[in-house]
Amino acid sequence: MTDLIRLSANDLSGLLADRSISSVEATTAHLDHIDAVDGDVHAFLHVARDAALQTAADIDARRASGEPLGPLAGVPIAIKDVLATKDMPSTSGSKILEGWIPPYDATVVARLRAADLVPLGKTNMDEFAMGSSTEHSAYGPTRNPWDLERIPGGSGGGSAAAVSAFEAPLALGSDTGGSIRQPAAVTGSVGVKPTYGGVSRYGAIALASSLDQVGPVSRSVLDAAMLHDVIGGHDPLDSTSLTDAWPSMTQAARAGFEDGALKGVRVGVVKELNGSGFQPGVKQRFDETLALLEGAGAEIIEVSAPNFEYAVAAYYLILPAEASSNLARFDSVRFGIRVNPEDGPLTSERVMAATREAGFGPEVKRRIILGTYALSAGYYDAYYGSAQKVRTLIQRDFDAAFAQADVLVSPAAPTTAFKFGEKLDDPMAMYLNDITTIPANLAGVPGLGLPMGLAPEDGLPVGLQVMAPARADARLYTFGAAVEQLLESTWGHTMLSQAPVLAPNEMFASEEGVV
Amino acid sequence: MPEITAEQVAHLAHLARIDLSQDEITSLTAELGQIVEAVAKVQEVATPDVAATSHPIPLSNVFRPDTVVESLTVEQALSGAPDRDGDKFKVPAILDEE
Repeated sequence: MTDLIRLSANDLSGLLADRSISSVEATTAHLDHIDAVDGDVHAFLHVARDAALQTAADIDARRASGEPLGPLAGVPIAIKDVLATKDMPSTSGSKILEGWIPPYDATVVARLRAADLVPLGKTNMDEFAMGSSTEHSAYGPTRNPWDLERIPGGSGGGSAAAVSAFEAPLALGSDTGGSIRQPAAVTGSVGVKPTYGGVSRYGAIALASSLDQVGPVSRSVLDAAMLHDVIGGHDPLDSTSLTDAWPSMTQAARAGFEDGALKGVRVGVVKELNGSGFQPGVKQRFDETLALLEGAGAEIIEVSAPNFEYAVAAYYLILPAEASSNLARFDSVRFGIRVNPEDGPLTSERVMAATREAGFGPEVKRRIILGTYALSAGYYDAYYGSAQKVRTLIQRDFDAAFAQADVLVSPAAPTTAFKFGEKLDDPMAMYLNDITTIPANLAGVPGLGLPMGLAPEDGLPVGLQVMAPARADARLYTFGAAVEQLLESTWGHTMLSQAPVLAPNEMFASEEGVV
Repeated sequence: MPEITAEQVAHLAHLARIDLSQDEITSLTAELGQIVEAVAKVQEVATPDVAATSHPIPLSNVFRPDTVVESLTVEQALSGAPDRDGDKFKVPAILDEE
């Protein structure tokens, strides 16, 4: 039998539809593989084996009775722990929410269920999505399937590792400053941050509300598009949700497979995102990709975005400011843990402070204090106010760039996956990992990350980032699918087929050789 | 550029309702100093003629129809509470004993 865990969501979808396989078979294969490798990878904080198998069996029964089902019905999926799920704990990677089971589903989760995908469990992340390595998870880091001594990116390292370790064909992520695209880059997978407002955030535990966006994580551009079609579109429960009628992202991706899809596309190379500080192998693969694009008929144009230089600074004022406000809800009253102070009177204020001391990790404390500072009277105009002006300047840079180019490209991350601990004690070094991805969040434009090769010096994946104007998500999928096809035909294989085969835990050693 | 002091960090922690140990205050004071120095870069280009942007895709007057829809039950709303008293959230004393 075909190795079900290696199939794309699109291929699984076909086999499920013609009943060559059942959803129970597909789900079991993934759950068994999670059992076998997740002890090492630690992509999951919670695995819902029984519920997943029950959901899969119900879908199989409905399919057998002839009920028409959606294209991804019966396909397993992993869900980032930032999203509220009414049948699974939702901790956002924090001790303060340990064991919390929300009384409702996030809209994107409700849409997955309505489309009959099979939730496998919840994936690990930096606490409240603050980080670029998952080292800030309160539950221990996720390991990169390409090298278990290295970070899988963050904050969505769990979702990216889950798909790249073949534990799930699809996952949901959230991207505030690169938390979908940077993990995709360092794990050789695909991830999309949609246009701000394109996908509902209702039930996504808020980090920075003017930046957060939920999006798809997968191993191929087409799979990401199929998932985008399930989760996207207006949600009256999210007041920032756009009311646009969106085109089919699946069709947009398929259009990228057609001959000549790259011909005449104006590809803008952002000068400021291709300079110093980038690892040589990242630059090399990026330059080779540009040459391939040119060979396929695309027009390569250098564009300048002079204010991108200020993006990281603006982001690390806006994000902490918004986070300090959003995280005020963790007050030990309505949800989460409650910790009493060791001595002194038990007042609400003192209990709240003791709870937050015990429940928040160092990065969360750092950013809340920083945000409180940036919003303080006397500093507001100099810091938060100035950062908001930089946001305007970055939007103007994007407008000017998109006047010359259809899409913009850059490396998705300045380096390949680094080792655990390398940047943990230097917050600014960690923050600079997101230099390539942050501008899109500040301007609200969509961005896609896909693999463009392995760095010669370390053999680790390198990611390409593609950005399009706000609301032009479909263009990303068409271009992304075309680039992916071009790269894979050059290599003769997919990126993730080259990932090392993970050794199964002992109890599953008998299954060795399956891959 | 104003120097960040340990007293300031302790005050911010109080405003943010987070008890911090002396060690945490010491390390945060140093880290915050470095971070603030780096992010102050925004002031170089944030001139008075530039308008501020709060939201990447501005929307205004977002309304929903004023109709009754299903909402959480009392049990659901209280399901995650650390403490309750009947149908209510139970909290420690709001006021100090003064």
